[in-house]
Amino acid sequence: MSTFNQTSRRDFMKLAAAAGGGLFLGFNWSDTTAAPVVVDADQIAAGSVKFNSYLSIGSDNIITIVSPNPEIGQGIKTAFPMVVAEELDADWKLVKTVQGNLDNAQFERQVTGGSGAVPHSWERLRKAGATARHLLISAAAAKWGVPAAEITAADSRLFHKASGKSGSYGEFAEAAGKLTAPADIKLKDEKTFKLIGQSVRNVDNKNIATGKPLFGLDFYREGMLFAIIQRPKAFGLKLKSVDSAAAKAMPGIVDVVTFENSVAVVGKSTWQCKKAREALKIEYEKAADLESSEDHNRIFSNLMDNGEATVRRKNGDVDAAFKSAAKVIKAEYQCPFLPHSPLEPMNFFAHVREDGVELVGPTQTPDRARGEAAKITGLPPEKITVEITRQGGGFGRRLSADFAIEAVHVSKLVKAPVKVIWTREDDMTGGIYRPAVRYRFEAALDKNGEMIGYKLRGVGINSGNPTREDNFPSGSVDNLLIDSVEHKSAITTGPWRAPITNFLAYAEQSFIDEVAEAAGKDPVEFRLALLEKAKKSPAGEVKYDVDRMIAVIRMAAEKSNWGKKKGVHQGFSVYFSHRSYVAQVGEVVVEKGKPVLKNIIAAVDCGIVINKSGSLQQVRGGVVDGVGHAMFGNMTFKGGTPDQSNFNGFRLIRMNEIPDVDVHFVDNGISPTGLGEPALPPAGGAVANAFYKATKQRLRNQPFINEDAFKGIS
Amino acid sequence: MALFKLTINNRAYSADVEGDTPLLWVLRDNLGLVGTKYGCGIAQCGACTVHLDGKAVRSCVLPVSSVGKAKVTTIEGLSEKGDHPVQKAWDEVDVAQCGYCQAGQIMTAAAFLKEKPKPTDEEIVGAMSGNLCRCGTYHRIREAVKVAATKSN
Repeated sequence: MSTFNQTSRRDFMKLAAAAGGGLFLGFNWSDTTAAPVVVDADQIAAGSVKFNSYLSIGSDNIITIVSPNPEIGQGIKTAFPMVVAEELDADWKLVKTVQGNLDNAQFERQVTGGSGAVPHSWERLRKAGATARHLLISAAAAKWGVPAAEITAADSRLFHKASGKSGSYGEFAEAAGKLTAPADIKLKDEKTFKLIGQSVRNVDNKNIATGKPLFGLDFYREGMLFAIIQRPKAFGLKLKSVDSAAAKAMPGIVDVVTFENSVAVVGKSTWQCKKAREALKIEYEKAADLESSEDHNRIFSNLMDNGEATVRRKNGDVDAAFKSAAKVIKAEYQCPFLPHSPLEPMNFFAHVREDGVELVGPTQTPDRARGEAAKITGLPPEKITVEITRQGGGFGRRLSADFAIEAVHVSKLVKAPVKVIWTREDDMTGGIYRPAVRYRFEAALDKNGEMIGYKLRGVGINSGNPTREDNFPSGSVDNLLIDSVEHKSAITTGPWRAPITNFLAYAEQSFIDEVAEAAGKDPVEFRLALLEKAKKSPAGEVKYDVDRMIAVIRMAAEKSNWGKKKGVHQGFSVYFSHRSYVAQVGEVVVEKGKPVLKNIIAAVDCGIVINKSGSLQQVRGGVVDGVGHAMFGNMTFKGGTPDQSNFNGFRLIRMNEIPDVDVHFVDNGISPTGLGEPALPPAGGAVANAFYKATKQRLRNQPFINEDAFKGIS
Repeated sequence: MALFKLTINNRAYSADVEGDTPLLWVLRDNLGLVGTKYGCGIAQCGACTVHLDGKAVRSCVLPVSSVGKAKVTTIEGLSEKGDHPVQKAWDEVDVAQCGYCQAGQIMTAAAFLKEKPKPTDEEIVGAMSGNLCRCGTYHRIREAVKVAATKSN
């Protein structure tokens, strides 16, 4: 396990400097407008220059960039350096990336979430590369005695055509490092990009394929203890008493400690701790309602009709529109709780000492882990280091810091370095789920089949606002009311890949399909007509880019040969989330009387595609995730206890169940707008609408596998 | 506790553990071979797949006491230089997203291709559907197994 904390990064800088000097270019991650500033290695070593990230060029021609955001499989550890290398005209083979650790003084937004890493860093990364290139050219111009404008750069080399001179970046790195960076730097014309837009393989491929210790769970430290924690078995219970005598007597067990409602078995191996946990005798008492899924259904029904709703958006006069309607369409959709199920279960290492805390592990928000550790230990944040490991998936689960908090508690109590490990059962039953939500949609059509009124009420369990009130179709319907009701529960919830939209998009796009059918219109034409209306005579503010949405709809329709395939039942869906636009067509074929999802065609506008290979997979993976959870994902409760605890009860999609996924990117030159999430939300709707065409049965509840249309089909 | 002698990646190891300890945790906690991953502990996901005398097994449900004299191969020992045809195919096809499940996928594919060097598409799907990939890299896993099959021939 490589460590690259504050001290060792300084050592790295010193080493790099000692090895023949070089160019250290700090660029401000927090401010797009700030020009990168060149600093010498000594300044960085002293920690006296306030920057957020570093690009270095060694005399050995190796270009290193410290990437501060956690890598959870979204590919930024490859995409970030590609952007720098593009502007730098670097030889990609000589670029190395290093995962930065938490460092508030140097970085900002060290978060992986909201599909925001690339959009947030795009300009800064480009400027960093362009500035370094400019300085290298200046240094060569001085040495060769030629005008800088006559020097060209390619593949980490500089050329002066007239004199025939050339040299490597490494040769000029030291001299370039002594120059002052320009305040303003010209970036490349996007049309001239050579590396951006290419397929570049994941920089960690070889480490992954050979089993190198990359992940949090792979972190071991000499003398480290293991901890397996017993949390309350039901949401709503609290700890009353613990008899740990039998557990303590088991082999390898060092201690059993209690904090809050948790009992931690601490020992010398994972297996010993896991076995000893089974010997704990714990009594709990009720602290809140112990809810079952039947209770949730009752709560949904009650609050849907009688709940005090918070109005999220209102345009026109909805009541009047529905009164004058020629036709009213009404439908309810429901989605269950879901665990995130990253394949690497939660885990974290903590070593709480008198004078500081060392934290190591997989987290999407290292700063949150540090803040919580500071609260627990009373130590100032600057005494707490966080090393960010590679992460075996996140899907939002690692935005919470609960597992890091546990590690801090246990290490503090046993006064030793401790690694907290969650079993799969702990991970699945330990909380922080996608919230369960029921939606009621109502649409009013006039005699021409125009949608003149639209109502959406979302009722969620610990969902916050379960609507996205400014998304489509808002802006395209004159009379509209979107409101929501929330039920507070002891069942913990949190962001799950494409929060809210991961189920709202399915419900909304399925309902729009119902409305189009009732209006007697083609689902694609119906959506396009609404968008034209949003463009020409918008109802209130339109907070999405209508043209970008139209473009992906047209592209998906064209690529899927919409409506013209014989024997193929097509379903349409389009969604705007996390700044990007994705339209999808699901294709179902009936084979031996069974509807089978064969293909999904996706049209994606995420702006400029940086890494074609990574982006293509990100879309395919997002679609597979969306299809899989819509088809199979289901978490239910009895008396506050989850009914599913592992992959035998909770079904994840497998290779034999995936459709083909054809991906098409819109080429519009817009700066990247995010891709970790946007491909997921439309998938459920595309599938549901395609199955409807094949079976004439609407899929109004997830998971689809439990719906009548799938009776007798596994 | 008892001393178990194991042959892993053609090297001799010994571990002083309880006999019911799954091979997975002996590899990880005792022997420092962390390439083999923990995903579910009940043989549902395949992240822990290793070879036992060349056959793919789930090390999370294999008690160390039942390994006996069988030769264990883990991802670290699949090839000396990381150049097994399956490993090379995984890089060429750029399979991994988060990468956590991929060691298990690769071990499953390698054992499968040894048995069936020229598999049909259906056979590939049949062999690989026991391994979960939460990121959804299944299309590329399928393709990489095909690419690896051309390499080993």
